Amino acid sequence: MLNSRRLVLAHFWMAFGGFGLALLLGAWQMFIRSPLAGWIGNPEWYYRSVTAHGTIMGYVFPTLIAMGFGYAITETSLKAPIAGVRWAWAGIALILIGSIMAMIPVSAGLASVLYTFYPPMIGNPFYYIGVVLVVVGSWIWVALMSINLIRWKRANSGKPVPLAMYANVAGSYLWGWTAVGAALELILQIIPVAVGLRSTIDAGLARIFFSWTLHAIVYFWLIPTYIAYYTIVPRAIGGKLYSDSMARISFVLFLVVAMPIGIHHTFADPMVGAGFKFVHSVFTAIVALPTLLTVFTICASVEIASRLRGGRGPFGWLVALPWNNPTMLAVTFSFIMLGFGGAGGLINMSYQLDASIHNTQWITGHFHLIFGGAIVIMYFVIAYDLWPHLTGRNLANLSLMRLQLWLWFIGMIVTTFPWHYVGILGMPRRMAYYDYTHPAIADQALPVILSATGGLILVVSAALFFVILIRGHLSEKADPGEYRFSVAVHPPQRVPVALNSHGLWVGLMIALTATNYGFPILQLAVRSDTSVPAVYVGVK
Amino acid sequence: MTSEDHAASAVVAQKIERRWAAISILIVVFLTAMAAVAGIHQATMPQARVEIIDPEKIHLSGEFVETNLGSAIEPDGSVTVRAVGQQYSFTPQCILVPVDTKVTFRATSADVVHGLLIQQTNVNTMLVPGYVSEQVARFSRVGDHLMPCQEFCSVGHEGMWAMVKVIDRNEFMSLAASKRRVSCVE
Ligand code: HEM
Ligand SMILES: [Cu+2]
Ligand SMILES: [Cu+2]
Repeated sequence: MLNSRRLVLAHFWMAFGGFGLALLLGAWQMFIRSPLAGWIGNPEWYYRSVTAHGTIMGYVFPTLIAMGFGYAITETSLKAPIAGVRWAWAGIALILIGSIMAMIPVSAGLASVLYTFYPPMIGNPFYYIGVVLVVVGSWIWVALMSINLIRWKRANSGKPVPLAMYANVAGSYLWGWTAVGAALELILQIIPVAVGLRSTIDAGLARIFFSWTLHAIVYFWLIPTYIAYYTIVPRAIGGKLYSDSMARISFVLFLVVAMPIGIHHTFADPMVGAGFKFVHSVFTAIVALPTLLTVFTICASVEIASRLRGGRGPFGWLVALPWNNPTMLAVTFSFIMLGFGGAGGLINMSYQLDASIHNTQWITGHFHLIFGGAIVIMYFVIAYDLWPHLTGRNLANLSLMRLQLWLWFIGMIVTTFPWHYVGILGMPRRMAYYDYTHPAIADQALPVILSATGGLILVVSAALFFVILIRGHLSEKADPGEYRFSVAVHPPQRVPVALNSHGLWVGLMIALTATNYGFPILQLAVRSDTSVPAVYVGVK
Repeated sequence: MTSEDHAASAVVAQKIERRWAAISILIVVFLTAMAAVAGIHQATMPQARVEIIDPEKIHLSGEFVETNLGSAIEPDGSVTVRAVGQQYSFTPQCILVPVDTKVTFRATSADVVHGLLIQQTNVNTMLVPGYVSEQVARFSRVGDHLMPCQEFCSVGHEGMWAMVKVIDRNEFMSLAASKRRVSCVE
């Protein structure tokens, strides 16, 4: 059992607790804006709900998962107790306080600005301050990951850093730096206006700062999932990792190229010129590279597992895979969703194609498929895999786990495929109500109903997930043994310095941010004539 | 497995891996080249310049005063549509454009961030207060399109829908002959 089990469990329970609440809001949103419900009555309720759902699902839930998983990785891969446990508790306490502070004005309808903020709309200051506290709490984790790795390296000089830790620290640096964009926007721009120190704000500059965070945050959400692909899946299905160095290359590529591409979120915006849009679009294509490499390495690792079990033939090995194993099932579902989502992503990435789906329901369908689908299904796997080591009890009911994973997969497909389709028809996002009796949008009614049904399936799946975890706390005691990560077919004896440390890559990440963001930011920051009056919301 | 087998298999594994990496890089290069070619040859590039405007003064003077909004014929025969978004409507609420003609949309916001999306077309742009958005389009068929605001602009966003009517070019020209700015607002 892990020494840090209380710390890790606190992170996971807080994460999944928030996830459960936000999921109910999501399902309600889907229903209330579908033809199944009549006029919502007060559309403001919808925007409150989307603000809460987006803030929890986007900022709180994945951050806590990355943190909890990060602490578990630190202890199990470095085989030493975590340094700075008090600070770790301080970090999660800040996140709890920040989340509550943010959610109070949101529930009261004083901050229905959605999780993207988008000034000059300005809500209650406590919402923004709460979000800043969440970020600061997570920065404590970033520092702790770094400190623990440095300590280990001092004691083990020259040895390869375990892959899980290497990737985990890369993820923490990515988050530490990408959160700076939104933090600057909140601290320099929004909060002074929200508390009344200033009454004007540069809305275009704010969007650029936000895009700095908005893209790489997606990769931060993804990193725990990728760590699970590389370091949990091969071991859990009885195989080996195909290549340790390719894994490291993928993670450092994320670190370097996830950051300087966020301006693709402003393709349709007037405050960035065509040149930088093109540069960011090129870098966006490059970020496909680590994912393509991952797909190869993981498929090859899965094949190894099958061949070790006696699988034969160019395709026959697929049959010999351990399909009863929930991890096998989950990684398959995750890859299928990643495949569809990735294909959608290629469309978003192209300036030309993006024009037909920008800010339509296609986008919400897209990120629910990737984030809610491909990524979150692996968060479930991480929890299932770690639970016995956190509780010292068995997690025995494999068929219930399989059912839960199947329902999540089916639910996601049923929810997101029609969601994409209505986006192609031009249905705009983030609206509390659609008049499906209007002939021009009547054909969106049926797909929206389908999506709402998918949402219900997801709620059922999540309920099963909670049942499994809670039963895991109550089942009979069992010694889970030592927690192990996958072993590579050819375990590295020595790793090149570049792939055993992060300095070079962090340097590149910062340098590319400077080249790709410096000009667009400075160009607007030095002018005073781009600021516009704030529009306060929720003041009664 | 002997250690020699092991080393040999490591070499093979690396070779396969390198090939896959090369294929991945080619895919990325191909995608980028495709975007560049499409951008240059089909002129579907984003707005080139950043244009600044004071949203507090648009009602008083300049190109976005109310009497100047709507569709105008340019000397080169193309059409320019000027529009403003505000909580929670567009001005004009009904935009009239001719078919098979170059149409330049110029729009901005008077308050918060809005978006302008014409359904069934590629016209889709953000309206950010303080900046002017420009997008060029050509409509190949006569017909009506809905034009919703596609970015959350506070309570009331769900009611922000306008209309675009694409009409016959001659019909448009004869309407435009009698008025400086045309629209289909009744
Ligand atoms: C029962 C399952 C879910 C349903 C039915 C659902 C539904 C929705 C709906 C209707 C919106 C508003 C979209 C709009 O109006 O444009 C939304 C937004 C969002 N959802 Fe979900 N959701 C679900 C699960 C999830 C999950 C699992 C995640 C990620 C972990 C997630 C992340 C988000 C985020 C970040 C937003 C904010 C988007 C925005 O502000 O436009 N959702 N969701
Ligand atoms: Cu992005
Ligand atoms: Cu709007």
